[in-house]
Amino acid sequence: MMIETENICKSYGKIQAVKSWSISVKANEIYGLIGPDGAGKTTLFRLLTTVLLPDSGKGVVAGYDIVKDFRQIRKEIGYMPGRFSLYEDLTVKENLQFFATVFSTTIEENMHLIKDIYSQLEKFSSRKAGKLSGGMKQKLALCCALIHSPKVLFLDEPTTGVDVVSRREFWQMLKRLKQEGITIIVSTPYMDEAEMCDSIALVNQGEFLRIDTPNGIVSSFDKTLFSVKSNKMHQLLNDLKQYSNALSAFSFGESIHLKVNSPTIKQDLSSYLSDKGHSELEIQEIKPNIEDCFMAMTSM
Amino acid sequence: MLKHLIIKEFKQLFRGGFIPKLLIFMPIAMIGILPFAANQEIKHLKVTIVDNDKSSVSEKLCEKVSASKYFTLTEVGSSHRQAIKSIEKGDVDLIVEIPDDFEKNLVKNGLGKVQISVNSVNGMKGMLANNYMNSIINEYANEMKEKYSTQQPSFHAQVFSIKPYYLFNPKLDYKIFMVPAIMVMLLTLMCGFLPALNIVGEKEKGTIEQINVTPVTRFAFILSKLIPYWIIGFVLFGFSMFLAWLFYGLTPVGSVFTMFIFVIAYIIAISGFGLVISNYAKTMSQAMFLIFFFMLVFILMSGLFTPVASMPQWAQYIAAANPLKYFIEVMRMIYLKGSGLSALITNLLAIITVAIVLNTWAIISYKKTN
Repeated sequence: MMIETENICKSYGKIQAVKSWSISVKANEIYGLIGPDGAGKTTLFRLLTTVLLPDSGKGVVAGYDIVKDFRQIRKEIGYMPGRFSLYEDLTVKENLQFFATVFSTTIEENMHLIKDIYSQLEKFSSRKAGKLSGGMKQKLALCCALIHSPKVLFLDEPTTGVDVVSRREFWQMLKRLKQEGITIIVSTPYMDEAEMCDSIALVNQGEFLRIDTPNGIVSSFDKTLFSVKSNKMHQLLNDLKQYSNALSAFSFGESIHLKVNSPTIKQDLSSYLSDKGHSELEIQEIKPNIEDCFMAMTSM
Repeated sequence: MLKHLIIKEFKQLFRGGFIPKLLIFMPIAMIGILPFAANQEIKHLKVTIVDNDKSSVSEKLCEKVSASKYFTLTEVGSSHRQAIKSIEKGDVDLIVEIPDDFEKNLVKNGLGKVQISVNSVNGMKGMLANNYMNSIINEYANEMKEKYSTQQPSFHAQVFSIKPYYLFNPKLDYKIFMVPAIMVMLLTLMCGFLPALNIVGEKEKGTIEQINVTPVTRFAFILSKLIPYWIIGFVLFGFSMFLAWLFYGLTPVGSVFTMFIFVIAYIIAISGFGLVISNYAKTMSQAMFLIFFFMLVFILMSGLFTPVASMPQWAQYIAAANPLKYFIEVMRMIYLKGSGLSALITNLLAIITVAIVLNTWAIISYKKTN
């Protein structure tokens, strides 16, 4: 195991940010920490990167204890915080050089790791980091986090605020890094990115919901999911929530997803909605994705 | 490791040219201009003489007043009431009123009365105006005494005069007194407050997040912030010594070596203070407000403008914890008096004590806030 935590807890005052989480990340996998804002993702990262001390519980990263061996851990990990935190008044090259020397290495030594990414940055190498575009900043930050060839790479919401094309590109880069033997733990609020991970953990408001592979999570969904549309969408959500057979209902794009126990109640559902005054009904049974699973776990 | 961190700091400091410009401009402005602005000698006080006597004797007094470099005779008033009106309007700083029987009394009884009324809205200015005028009238009285004492044995004017001899600053030149103190202020800004702002800046921008997950230790990180400013502080101090010589011909009477011992002790003390601020402030604006507040307290309670010994007892206790006070004393003593290390040892011990207390506080509060 590359990362292992055992009932790790951290609270800020009265707010419990991380409630007794136990995760284990295998070597050389992409591990996704999926959950909305305030789920405790960043706190877990700060605990694992030894910037915060846990209130209780244990954690091991790359074989080192996160409290006792914090100095060793800092040599072995790369961390890319959610907020751009390189020196904006230094140039691209200087930033890279600085982080290389801080880890007592050189840019050349680990060029093979960052070559693909850095080649896109090279033409800006004498530009100040603060003057780069968002996508370029993100690439530079990734380069700086990789420059000392870390065993584990922590990426805290790397794709937040990044356009769709760059996001896809970014995930391609992560796949290549995985082939280089780096273990990657990545947090994201976007459920669609979960499918790119080898394992995922769904978290919400400091609670640990589930750990599995993306397929495992989807296939463990043993209920039926309907996608429902009608002419009165606004009223529809309330009516579905009051429906006696409904396990949960939440809006999803243009339709409302309804979780029920079995597909056989479709007839009952359509007559219930007709009674409530809905027309132009469209009720379809669908295959759930990860977002459905997450919503079904957290909402009623 | 530390070397690379310091190189990075220097790159950032000299990028954009703000710090280099500050390094040249700040000492020139502070040493070149401030001593004049802080000059407490007052010249060209506007005076009105209400001469009710209009005799040859009173005219002599008028001439004497208007000949002084401290006073400008603005008008010869007709009545006391009118002169008071001019004071109220702010046209006049003080009134000298000569009664109508001035000559008669002086010649006959050897006693002349003169009334001085001073506008004391600015207390300092009023006091000085009064002192200057008194010395002129005394001088006048002595002249009159010489002239009339042969005829009039009971002449009452002052019979002896005190001629002060001012040690170490014979002309009581205020500039010479201010320049060494201003050098201390420069050092305080450069080595105490700028590194504090720099560290808080890293916190605010979040760059400290990235540094925290590298093998860079906190100690190395903080030293890398301080050392560049220490070096700059030394250069700046040398430069201001040069400027003091260039502008005022001022060179230290005492040993430069002794002075630099104090510079080192003081730099460590004041950067400890900067670190304490950087530990408590989360943003640049918080740090700025803290610095502004303490800068005022430090300066006003340092004896820079007013002597500490004339402050109330409780204020003197506060001033006793002010490192600026000790260093300004030392600078003045070395520059003007040429004191040696043995005479300054209590000040050295005081600065070292302050340095130990502040740096310990900085270390403790650093652990708490992180």
